[in-house]
Amino acid sequence: MIAFLIRRLFQAAIVMLTVALISFVLFNYVGDPINAMVGQDTSLQDREKLRQDLGLNDPIPIRFARFVANAAQGQFGLSYRTAEPVGRMILERLPATLELSLVAALFALCVGVPMGVYSGLHPKSWVSRILQAVSLIGISLPTFLIGILLILIFAVGLGVLPSFGRGETMKLGGWTTGFLTVAGLKALILPSITLGLFQLTLIMRIVRSEMLEVMRTDYVKFARARGLKSRAINFGHALKNTLVPVITITGLQLGQLIAFAIITETVFAWPGVGQLFVTSVYSADMPVMSAYLALIGFLFVTINLLVDLLYFAIDPRLRTAQAATRAA
Amino acid sequence: MNRWILTTALAFALAAGAPAAEAKNTLRWSSQGDALTADPHAQNEGPTNSFNLTVHEPLLYRNRDMKLEPALALTWKAINPTTWEFKLRQGVTFHDGSKFTAEDVVFSFKRAQMPSSDHRNSLDTIADVKKVDDYTVHFVTKAPNPILPNQITQIAVMSKAWAEKNKVEKPQDYKNKEETYAVRNAMGTGPFKIVRRDPGIETVLARNAAWWGWKTAQGGGNVDEIVYKPIKNNATRMAALLSGEIDFVLDPPVQDLDRIKRDPKLKVLEIAQDRSIFLGMDQGRAELRYSDIKGKNPFADKRVRQAMNLAIDRDTIKRVVMRGLSAPAGLVTAPAINGYTKELDTPTKANVDAAKKLLADAGYPQGFSTKLDCPNDRYNNDEQICQAVVGMLGKIGVKVQLDSQSKTLHFPKIQKRDTDFYLLGWGVPTFDSHYVFNFLYQSKGSWNATGYKSDNLDKLTADMAGEIDAAKRNALIAAAWKQAKDDVVYLPLHHQVIAWAMAKKVDMPILMNDQPQFRYAKIAAAPAKKNN
Repeated sequence: MIAFLIRRLFQAAIVMLTVALISFVLFNYVGDPINAMVGQDTSLQDREKLRQDLGLNDPIPIRFARFVANAAQGQFGLSYRTAEPVGRMILERLPATLELSLVAALFALCVGVPMGVYSGLHPKSWVSRILQAVSLIGISLPTFLIGILLILIFAVGLGVLPSFGRGETMKLGGWTTGFLTVAGLKALILPSITLGLFQLTLIMRIVRSEMLEVMRTDYVKFARARGLKSRAINFGHALKNTLVPVITITGLQLGQLIAFAIITETVFAWPGVGQLFVTSVYSADMPVMSAYLALIGFLFVTINLLVDLLYFAIDPRLRTAQAATRAA
Repeated sequence: MNRWILTTALAFALAAGAPAAEAKNTLRWSSQGDALTADPHAQNEGPTNSFNLTVHEPLLYRNRDMKLEPALALTWKAINPTTWEFKLRQGVTFHDGSKFTAEDVVFSFKRAQMPSSDHRNSLDTIADVKKVDDYTVHFVTKAPNPILPNQITQIAVMSKAWAEKNKVEKPQDYKNKEETYAVRNAMGTGPFKIVRRDPGIETVLARNAAWWGWKTAQGGGNVDEIVYKPIKNNATRMAALLSGEIDFVLDPPVQDLDRIKRDPKLKVLEIAQDRSIFLGMDQGRAELRYSDIKGKNPFADKRVRQAMNLAIDRDTIKRVVMRGLSAPAGLVTAPAINGYTKELDTPTKANVDAAKKLLADAGYPQGFSTKLDCPNDRYNNDEQICQAVVGMLGKIGVKVQLDSQSKTLHFPKIQKRDTDFYLLGWGVPTFDSHYVFNFLYQSKGSWNATGYKSDNLDKLTADMAGEIDAAKRNALIAAAWKQAKDDVVYLPLHHQVIAWAMAKKVDMPILMNDQPQFRYAKIAAAPAKKNN
């Protein structure tokens, strides 16, 4: 177990370094940040001096080594654009992104699972067919279009929901939350539907196909023969057995939700880390971009590690396989 | 029982009446990008200056027509060729209640001249700023500087005592590892004060009731509170305006203006900006880098430049690309800038036949090929303008390959002189032609990538910098413009026309420097009852 953990941690570190390296090399092609930092009447000498001072003229390997050394100490430096500490900029915007992703995931689960169960139990009914068709739209329409459509209908047309921002937020220590005010909750509705729609359709389809499969298995037939109520069969036995892959997927998708909130955040002017990243790309704000990618990389590596460990704990075959190799 | 009903009714009446009594005029607005910092000297960038000059004040304001008017200074005059005297306004207080004096002016200008200040280039003619008495300041310049008052309208005056207390005597330095207090906090004398600022998320400003100017020509507004939230996405920003969640959008997308105009609750204001869009050609080097002509440089021949100038149909660009939002130009400087004349600015009429003939005379009957560098995220429809130009030049046989990129990649090309043919826009914060010659025409100008070198124009530029006599100086500027235009150094396209969109209940003049002045803003009282 310990050896397994160490091996996984070692692999995770390598992945993190690779992510950092790739992003770092890429950022050398997004352009010169100096223009975003100074006014148009700044002389060439001053620009060159600033470039020198920031170490932008050093070779990439040296700059990369400096970045990794600082990052390991949690130092991401100051933003080239606003001169604020990058770490704080990200931390201040993280609650917005996490709340949005969380609500989107809950929405996807709470709506997706019942929809999947229903269409799995009644695959031939017309409601299931409509659900299938709708889910196809959810998978194929791009996020920004769904967002704009929702804004057009509910904000511009009906005027019932806000078109942008987080509404009112409250500060709880270092965390800003939109959960405690009516305006904050209302502001969450459209963005979380937009962000969660793809996951919703994914979950619905997985649950549906799993249900279809489980319903054909022997133990369901025996349960039915034993005269159990259909609700007990459907939810007590069938659904429980479909949930293992669903939970795995949802866990992994949470990372995706956080990482791909970028588009939703841009459409809804949601003040989260995704929007911060987009703004930074426009002004070639390398410290923020590097820190953001490092954060997302860290998130995925952590989630993957946790999932692996869970498997190790849950699935007895993995453990026996290890014992077998050790014995051999 | 009856008493209980009465009490309840009274309570409700009071509750309903209370908010009405303290009804605030709140102006909610948005634009693409927030101010970068609350430190007024750390960045010299449009939205940042705009924000900082709402909280702070300069010595001189520009009025609705961009003419100078008193702000913290009441009068200003040159007492000898190298000294400007400013008499300051008395009885002005900072937002913390402390008194404003000459000390604060001296401190602020010295601060704005420090190496880490982004404003120091506009102040580099100043040798010293001296306090004469509590309300008199002398600006001593290195050489005679006739336009000093024009150069200081973006320089905010901050409280010296506050800066010293919070250890922000120097503007934020990028080398610094620590953020300074001034990045998020400010202490000025301006018409509005900061209530809350979350950069990039939300900024709330409140009316400074003690501001000196509310009843003067410099003020007149009735806004109690300004709430600003940046919205990057064009469609979302428009949706927020259409749904009434915000009252004012600084940068509505060009394609949505018609829709806003049709909306009964909204209006659009338009004005020609102090920014001109033009093309530059490297006419200095022996051979172009990106052309099929080897051994010589077609751009070096004036006839080629004239031919290209004739090939461009500026009216079509205005109609098709800009949807009416441009003023076709014959000059790379806009109206309201000292030295501008209507006559010089007459745009060249497109004439393909004449252009072809000139090109043939120059020895390129078959035309030639070249590469146009173009930004795609800096000016209104910049990439589409370049695409239109490519087509127009194609008609006379100049085959242009278009390379459009982000401004972070485009501008370094111009500064490193790594471009043969490029699109650029130029704004003139001093509202004086010298700024244009200094950067775009003189042979050492830091944004002159044309390789154009004229000893005469260099001399004219140097002379106009130091000539105090207004009439003589204007003669120098006129001579310089004549030469610049005759030599076809640049191909002017148009002056950018900006549009602001706002709710009809908001009354705020549009200003050609694209900086909203909320001190002017009035919000009409909401109608007693809604009938829709």
